[in-house]
Amino acid sequence: MFRRCFIPTCSQLSSVVASRENPLAIFHHCSTGSDFRLDEFTDKYLNHHKAEFTEKLKILSPNEQATIPIYRVTNSEGQFIDPNYDFDLTKEMALKIYYSMITLQQLDKILYDSQRQGRISFYLTSTGEEAAQIGSAAGVHDNDLIYGQYRESGSLLYRGFPLESFMHQCYGNAKDIGGGKQMPIHYGSAEHHYVTISSTLATQLPQAVGSAYAFKRFSKILQEKNGRIVLAYFGEGAASEGDAHGAMNMASTMKCPIIFFCRNNGYAISTPTTEQYGGDGVGGRALGYGIHVIRVDGNDLIAVYNATKAARELAEQNEPVFIEAMTYRLGHHSTSDDSTAYRPNEEVNAWHDKDNPIVRFRTVLKDRSWWSDEEDIAYREKIQKEVMNALLYAEKIPKPSISSMFDDVYKEMPKNLQEQRDELTEHLSNYGKHYPMKDFEGIN
Amino acid sequence: MNLCQAINNAMDIALANDSSTCLFGEDVAFGGVFRCTVGLQEKYGKDRVFNTPICEQAIAGFGIGMAIVNEAAKFRYRTGNLFNCGKLTIRATWGAVGHGGHYHSQSPEAYFTHTPGLKVVIPRGPIQAKGLLLACIRNENPCIFFEPKLLYRSAVENVPIADYETELGKAEVVKEGKDLTIVSWGTQLHVALDAVKEAEQEIGVSCEVIDLRTILPWDVDTVAESVSKTGHLIITHEAPITSGFAAEISAKIQERCFLHLEAPINRVCGWDTPFPHILEPFYLPTKWRLMDAIKKLIHFQH
Repeated sequence: MFRRCFIPTCSQLSSVVASRENPLAIFHHCSTGSDFRLDEFTDKYLNHHKAEFTEKLKILSPNEQATIPIYRVTNSEGQFIDPNYDFDLTKEMALKIYYSMITLQQLDKILYDSQRQGRISFYLTSTGEEAAQIGSAAGVHDNDLIYGQYRESGSLLYRGFPLESFMHQCYGNAKDIGGGKQMPIHYGSAEHHYVTISSTLATQLPQAVGSAYAFKRFSKILQEKNGRIVLAYFGEGAASEGDAHGAMNMASTMKCPIIFFCRNNGYAISTPTTEQYGGDGVGGRALGYGIHVIRVDGNDLIAVYNATKAARELAEQNEPVFIEAMTYRLGHHSTSDDSTAYRPNEEVNAWHDKDNPIVRFRTVLKDRSWWSDEEDIAYREKIQKEVMNALLYAEKIPKPSISSMFDDVYKEMPKNLQEQRDELTEHLSNYGKHYPMKDFEGIN
Repeated sequence: MNLCQAINNAMDIALANDSSTCLFGEDVAFGGVFRCTVGLQEKYGKDRVFNTPICEQAIAGFGIGMAIVNEAAKFRYRTGNLFNCGKLTIRATWGAVGHGGHYHSQSPEAYFTHTPGLKVVIPRGPIQAKGLLLACIRNENPCIFFEPKLLYRSAVENVPIADYETELGKAEVVKEGKDLTIVSWGTQLHVALDAVKEAEQEIGVSCEVIDLRTILPWDVDTVAESVSKTGHLIITHEAPITSGFAAEISAKIQERCFLHLEAPINRVCGWDTPFPHILEPFYLPTKWRLMDAIKKLIHFQH
């Protein structure tokens, strides 16, 4: 933003012109000044979008532009719109997806309750967005890098992150691979290619673009045709952050293999979308950045899966894609929020009853005879027990060592931190009785 | 080489030695508005040296993301350190330039020193700049490297052509002395050296001058050792005085050297105002303000 003060010298300008490919080509076949300018605008100003002059004074209205349609395969009852539609999910994969949806539901239920009982400090459910998360995770490769916001536990679950590991993170115990340093639900796993969540909204987006660019370079160096891509999740509220703008613009100019996946669930805490943006949703912005876009019914698992799979094919060719999944946040924003303060119960109940992503997908499975009500009951009971067991196990494990607070600030521990660690250790040797020492693995 | 050429040379070496190294930002492709990146795109290609849109937050985020991939590929299963962006170095121009006004003169190091996890580094000349920048690029922690832009062309030294690194976290005693210690960094170190020369001639005081070089984590031992010897400390920086980094040094040295101090620690800094345009000569902590401080400190009466 400061660059305007630095006007290049003549010699610098001439070097820019000289380095441009075939700089004189435009002069050969342009007969008029208008042609020259239209060619210039088209090629250099508008990214090859054909420029035209008009003599009609008209300010374009957003109300006259076509709204991006919502792609779906099934209706709210889980019936195929096209009765002959044949989806390409195998039974094995469809059931894996459904198992993940049920497990996420049980995980949410039990951890939400445990927060209410004061056993963990915070929680945030995915209720209503199971299809958006798991359908998109299923649509990319398992080694594609995921950057999330915080309401994408389902994607990590689908990749096989163990139930115990979810619990260890929420309890911040000594077995948490994050070292117990972050609030609950801030999961991360290098093994599952899922970059550790942070609370700051949208900061992951330009980072995701940087990672995608690095993948692009690696693919080029290794001459791999099917390189890795990045899947970056965020909510429609986070899309208002400056980082979202920077990320989309960078992805477009740098041609990065990335899928931006926006979960538009109608609310950012208490703020409805009408107070978040004035345009055609969030997806409506993508074309302005020169990014491919699709809006999808976020409660239709098959539609989300299809859209992500198709987006991945484009992204793999270094064409960034934007997916806006229309869904509804059925739960409270978090355990620190009571959503009845800003939206009527009737609205929540209507979404729960009339457009439930789990019910919709289960109907598809049942109609194929891949699943039954009896199996459903039995599976839920089984998973509930597994989740409870994982919780009880995590609860018994002590918290990490106290001095681990000073680890990993830097790769090495600088002297000031060593001194502060020693100071705390000495303090605790005298005043330990005033601290919750017994909950921790020890001082060192 | 001048400071600008030394930095170009350091980046040239870094790009040549590690194919994962990339260089990007606003207008770096044609050589940069300060000419620090001249010739690098031609040499290393458009995919390694490139322009970005004008969006600082996205440039920083993009760099973090690139570094995460680099690191994840090399240290995939490190316990308690799943991902990191240690390979990230952010270069930025820094300091007063004579006519930069509010937004082309600032010294924001203290904002960053309150952030554990970062390294903040500022060179005082071309030899330092090359060695410290190469050390930052290769350091396993995210580094912010501030380049005193007043020195881009004015500071010229015989910079070794070879690859070398200057250790981070180590201050350098630039001039030895026995009566008084002056700590500074970047452009201001040269102002301190000027003041010391003048003071030594005028009042015969022997000053020790220390270039902090790395502002975070800083070298407490070197400064404490010097102050234990001289008993007097002046810290000088261009940035505003309140909560400037001199406050941190002052508090720490008071704690470490209480029995050796013969006078209160003095801070000679910018005033607590935005950086002014036409009034710059009166804003900066000049050689004369330092002279004044040296005299007052030496003549301090208990």
